[in-house]
Amino acid sequence: MDLAQFFDILWSVRWPILSGIGVTALVSALAIIAGSFVGVFVGLALTYGVLPLRWLARVYTDFIRGTPVLVLVLASFYILGTIGLQLSAFQAGVLALAVFCSSHVGEIVRGALQAIPRGQTEAAKAIGLTFSQTFSYVLMPQAGRQIAPAWVNTAAEIVKASTLLSIIGVAELLLATQEVIARTFMSLPFYFHAGFLYFCINFSIERLGKYVEKKLAIPQS
Amino acid sequence: MPHLLEIRDLHKSFGQTEVLKGVDCAMEQGDVVCVIGSSGSGKTTMLRCINMLEDFEGGTIAIDGQQIGYETQRSQRKRRREREIARQRALTGMVFQQFNLFPHMTALANITLGLIKVKKMRREEANATAERWLDRVGLLERKGRFPGQLSGGQQQRVAIARAIAMNPKLMLFDEVTSALDPELVNEVLQVIKDLARDGMTMLLVTHEMRFAYEVSKRVIFMNEGRIGEEGDPKQMFLKPKTERLAEFLKSSSFH
Amino acid sequence: MGYTLNFAAVWRDIDLLFMGLGLSLVLAAASIAIGCLIGLATAFVLISKQRAGRSLAAGYVTAIRNTPILVLILFTYFALPQLGLRLGKIESFVFTLSIYAGAYLAEVFRGALLSVPKGLREAGLAIGLSEWQIKSSIIIPVMLRNVLPSLSSTFISLFKDTSLAAAIAVPELTFYARKINNESFRVIETWLIASLFYVVTCTILAMLLRVVEKRMAIPR
Repeated sequence: MDLAQFFDILWSVRWPILSGIGVTALVSALAIIAGSFVGVFVGLALTYGVLPLRWLARVYTDFIRGTPVLVLVLASFYILGTIGLQLSAFQAGVLALAVFCSSHVGEIVRGALQAIPRGQTEAAKAIGLTFSQTFSYVLMPQAGRQIAPAWVNTAAEIVKASTLLSIIGVAELLLATQEVIARTFMSLPFYFHAGFLYFCINFSIERLGKYVEKKLAIPQS
Repeated sequence: MPHLLEIRDLHKSFGQTEVLKGVDCAMEQGDVVCVIGSSGSGKTTMLRCINMLEDFEGGTIAIDGQQIGYETQRSQRKRRREREIARQRALTGMVFQQFNLFPHMTALANITLGLIKVKKMRREEANATAERWLDRVGLLERKGRFPGQLSGGQQQRVAIARAIAMNPKLMLFDEVTSALDPELVNEVLQVIKDLARDGMTMLLVTHEMRFAYEVSKRVIFMNEGRIGEEGDPKQMFLKPKTERLAEFLKSSSFH
Repeated sequence: MGYTLNFAAVWRDIDLLFMGLGLSLVLAAASIAIGCLIGLATAFVLISKQRAGRSLAAGYVTAIRNTPILVLILFTYFALPQLGLRLGKIESFVFTLSIYAGAYLAEVFRGALLSVPKGLREAGLAIGLSEWQIKSSIIIPVMLRNVLPSLSSTFISLFKDTSLAAAIAVPELTFYARKINNESFRVIETWLIASLFYVVTCTILAMLLRVVEKRMAIPR
């Protein structure tokens, strides 16, 4: 296999590959946004919810976290159609990833809120803050520092999990690559190429996470 | 007849700082020698050179005439092979300030490990030896306990048993009571005194002045990487010859 | 809507799901075992003084951690044969999952090795043990006991990752669930039962592993 030949072919298939990258980015972004939004509420329910709600949130997160993402994706794809919700593979896939994301974000939020010492809430009460004031001025700013880097990691997880949508026929980067391979029979360079692109995306996200963590750290000493 | 321990012109540096600037010292069978001195004087480093926990750049250390850690080949000083050094380390037993018991092993297994792996004893024989020494330090009934389940003093007594069960020619003690709560110090010192009475050859770095006074035949005062003064403890403590020792004795409480 | 639940079809093929579950557990167990060896070796290189080895090991860990596992699986199964490395489905999958686990465990082990007190090594040296004996009877056993909780959670997530073997038609749990789904069209039932299989297994594994952790923990 010579390299020039590969780049020639890569150039000829640039549009499907680029479109695959676009779909991967779109799927991931939608899932992260929706999942994080729901996840914050799940996290709050896990930490401060009244008993039946908290219990419900616990079952939800445990069930989702105990199920492989691929099963979530397949279930979402097959089940929603059966119960009359006509969703495209794209929509079903985004939904599955968003659900997956929400359970992770829920746990991250819960973990961060519970890591704050009890004394903080008590001190806030003692100076007369209401719960919502305590939450927004005392708890969230502290929890946020722990949430942010973990949340960035979750984003990288979602990008990696988005490859699973190739199995239900969403033409994201992996499926686009596989279609190219089916036409060119060059599995080695193109799988490598796809792996490299994913690596670049995730490595940048990971760096971003490290940067955010450093930036947000409460100054010590 | 060679000395049991003979240190000649020992030099040791950490980077730019020279910690030992030429130490000479000899011990005979049955000697009990205490090394005193302020922190940074090099006393612990000297001890650690004797069993090659630290490499050293100059001088020689010999136990029973056997040169430790290095050999001279065609006037070239060469570090011995790891296997040989490991074998030589078994000539000495060492007890550490922080006990360093293996946390995942019972008191008994802590002692038998070296007997089985280094001395190649059969398990039953190793167990019997370990039990004999646990009994000597008064902990036979705790043989199945893990280090985390023992008090500091008990851990240190197990550590002493672990070292001495290997039947070393020389026991090295590195500030073995410094990490202990005051009320636990005596049980450990008592074990060491008993060993001294039985004729064990021992070199102890300590800051327990009363203990040094009572137990040792000879005291070495280390000062800035050299031996500042040495001799009979009564003479040294009552009539220090050097200014430095006098100062040191004044600053360390004699309780 | 008008969908009535009917578990008969899934029930008839429940033995397939159990067979699949069995294979999933075997795949996960084999992968964590091999992954531990790879992770341990990599961790020792990561903390060694060897510059070249260290960057090589760090490169491996970073590359694997930032690449989607499905891409790795497909790469090993479909692309490596072009380099002459032809493996069966199951071997290929275990190979990939082990390398994947190895990268994650290497990080875990590296941290744990660094937190084993230095004094334990010195105590081992002082009684005349060789470096190898110190590693095998002191450092590694102490380190492993400290990382048991991470090992448990890694094992559970590997178990979940075995579902990806369905992508190369390894007959594990998800593969059979898909098969039952396609043959019976009892979609909701199939996926409900399949995810219950995973959730219940994960829960049981977590409980069992917690017992093991308690048993193996260093008594205090």
